[in-house]
Amino acid sequence: MEQLIVLFVIIPLASAFLIPVVGKLVPYFQKVLTSMVLLALTILIFSYLFSGSEATLIYKVGGWEAVENIPIGIYLVLDGLSAILLLVINFIGLLAAFYAVGYMRRYTAENNFYTLLCLMIAGMNGVVLTGDLFNLYVFLEIAVIASYVLVAFGIEKNELEASFKYQVLGGMASLLILFGIGMIYWLTKTLNIADVAQLLKGNSNTSAVQFTQIVLIAGFGLKGAMIPFHAWLPDAHSSAPSPISAMLSGVLIKAIGIYAILRLFFNMFTISYELALIITVIGTLSMVIGVLLAIGQWDLKRLLAYHSISQMGYVVIGVGMGMMILTKGGEKGVAALAIAGGLFHLMNHAVFKGLLFLNAGAIEYLLGTRNLKKMGGLGKNTPITSASSFSASMAISGIPPFNGFFSKLLIIIAAVKGHFYLLALLAVFVSIITLGSFLKFQRYAFFNKTKFEGRLLAQKIPFTMTFSMVVMAVLCLVMSLMIFPGAREVFLTPAVDVLVNATNYSTTIIGF
Amino acid sequence: MIVFIMCFILFLVGLYGVLTRRNLIKIVIGLTVMEFSVFLFLVLIGYIAHGEAPIIVPGMKEPVFVDPLPQAMVLTAIVIGLATTAMLLSIAIRIYKKYGTWDIREIKNLRG
Repeated sequence: MEQLIVLFVIIPLASAFLIPVVGKLVPYFQKVLTSMVLLALTILIFSYLFSGSEATLIYKVGGWEAVENIPIGIYLVLDGLSAILLLVINFIGLLAAFYAVGYMRRYTAENNFYTLLCLMIAGMNGVVLTGDLFNLYVFLEIAVIASYVLVAFGIEKNELEASFKYQVLGGMASLLILFGIGMIYWLTKTLNIADVAQLLKGNSNTSAVQFTQIVLIAGFGLKGAMIPFHAWLPDAHSSAPSPISAMLSGVLIKAIGIYAILRLFFNMFTISYELALIITVIGTLSMVIGVLLAIGQWDLKRLLAYHSISQMGYVVIGVGMGMMILTKGGEKGVAALAIAGGLFHLMNHAVFKGLLFLNAGAIEYLLGTRNLKKMGGLGKNTPITSASSFSASMAISGIPPFNGFFSKLLIIIAAVKGHFYLLALLAVFVSIITLGSFLKFQRYAFFNKTKFEGRLLAQKIPFTMTFSMVVMAVLCLVMSLMIFPGAREVFLTPAVDVLVNATNYSTTIIGF
Repeated sequence: MIVFIMCFILFLVGLYGVLTRRNLIKIVIGLTVMEFSVFLFLVLIGYIAHGEAPIIVPGMKEPVFVDPLPQAMVLTAIVIGLATTAMLLSIAIRIYKKYGTWDIREIKNLRG
C-alpha cells in the first residue's frame, strides 16, 4: 500500500497532461478519463479506510532514506486525517466531474476545463498527503493557480473581475505562507514537518516562533476565507461554473485552508493556549458574521458562498475548542468530541454545500438567472432538483435526521461540556438564521406562486446532472450513520486520534 | 542585519503599491515587488559570510559553503511566481478588453 500513495498525485497530473494531447483526437476522451481517474482514486482511498489498518503509511519520494533519523527526501504521509480529506476531495471531485459532462456543454474549450480540474485535484491531493513544508507550498500553488483560471472560465465581466480579486488576495496569501516557511527553515534548518516538530518541541514560545505562527495563520486563513480575510470568497465562488463552485466551496477551502492549519498547528507546532484562543475567535467571527452577511443576498450563489464562510466557522470552532481544552489540560474525551464534531462537519459540509451549488447550477441551466426574485414555481417542473435541494437545505440548517444535525449536535454538546456556553448559544443562534435563510431560498425558487417570466434555456436537465444530485442527496441522509459505532471507527476515530495525540505524528515518522 | 531591513522595506514598497495604486498593471507590479522581497529573504537565510558555491572541487581546503537548499527553493518559487504573474497579466488584459479601462474604480460589478 505504501507504494500506492504516490498514485494520488501522479494519476491526476498525468491525466492533466494527456487530456489536451489526446482529447483533441478522441471524442469524449476527457470526460471518460477524468471520471474514471477520480473513481479509481475514490476506490483506492475507500480500500485504505476499510482495510482497518491504523498504521501511518509513509512513501519516500525518490527512495531517499533517513540518515541517522534525519529525513532527507520528501515524504508523503497518509494517516487518518489525510485519508478523510482525500476521500472528500476525490469523491466530490468525481461527482462534480460527472455533473460537468451535462453542464459544460454550454461552454467551449471542454478540454481545458477537464485539464484544470485534474490539475486542481492533483494539487489538493498533494497538499493533504505531503509531509514536507516546501512541497506543501508547491502543491498548494498548483491547486490555487488552476482554481484562478477556473474562476475566470466564463470570461465575462464578472468572472474576470472576481478572478483578478481572487488572484491578488491569493497571491498575498501565498507570499505570507512562503515567508512563514522561510522563517521555519531559518529557525530549524529543516523542512520536514515531523522533523520541525521534534526540533521546536522545547522552545516553541520564543518570539520568532510566535511571529511565524501568526504569519502562517494569516496566510492559510486567507486561503481558507476566515472572516477578516474573506473578501474574495463570495465573488470567486459565485462567478465560477457551478461544478467548480461546488469544488471550491466544498473542497478547496478545506484542503488548503483548514487542513493546513490543522496539520501545522496540531502536529508541527506545540499548541499554545493563546493560539487556540485566536483560532477559536476567528472561527466564531466567521460563523456569526458570515451568516449575517448572507441574510441580504438575492443572488443564489452569493448566498451559498456566504453560508460557506459561516459553516467553515463551525468546523474551526469545533477544532479550536478541542485545542483550548487540550492546552488547559481538561478532559481528553471532551476535546476529542469537539474535534470529532469539527471534522464530521467538514465532511458533511463538503456534501451538502456541493449539492447546493450543483442545484444552483441546475436552476441556472434551466432559467439562465441566479436572481431569487426572478425565479418561482420551479417545484413542479423540476422535482429532482427541488427534492435534493430540500434535503441539502435541511442538512445545512441542522434538521434531524440529516447529517448536518449530528455534526452540529456534537459541536454544541462539546461546547456545553467544555463550559463554552456562549459558543453553544451562538452555534444554535446561527443555525436558526441559516434555517431562515434557506427557507427563503426554498420558497422563492420552488414553492412560490409567481411564475418565471422569460424563455427557458432548456426543457430538461441532463441525466448526468440529476444523477450527481441524487447521489449527494442520498448521502446527506446516509452520512448521519457515520456517527454510530461501526462506521465511526472507520472514518472519524483515526482522524481524531491524529489530532488529539498530536505528538505521535512526528514520532511515527522520525522513528523514535 | 541591514540587508534584512532593506528586504522588509522592499516588501513594504510592494504592499504600498498594491494598496494605493488604481491601475491594474501597477497592482501586478506591486505584487511582483513583494514577491521578490520574499525571494530575497529566502536567499539571505541560506547565506553564510564568505561562503562559496556548494560545489566540491578537488584540492579544496576547509571550504565554507552557503546553504544550497534555499537557493533550490527560490528557483522553484520563481517559476511559480512566473506562472502567477503571467496569469494575472493575462486576466488584466482581458479585463481591459471588456471594460475599456485599467482603473479599478470603474471595475466594480461585484459588490455586497
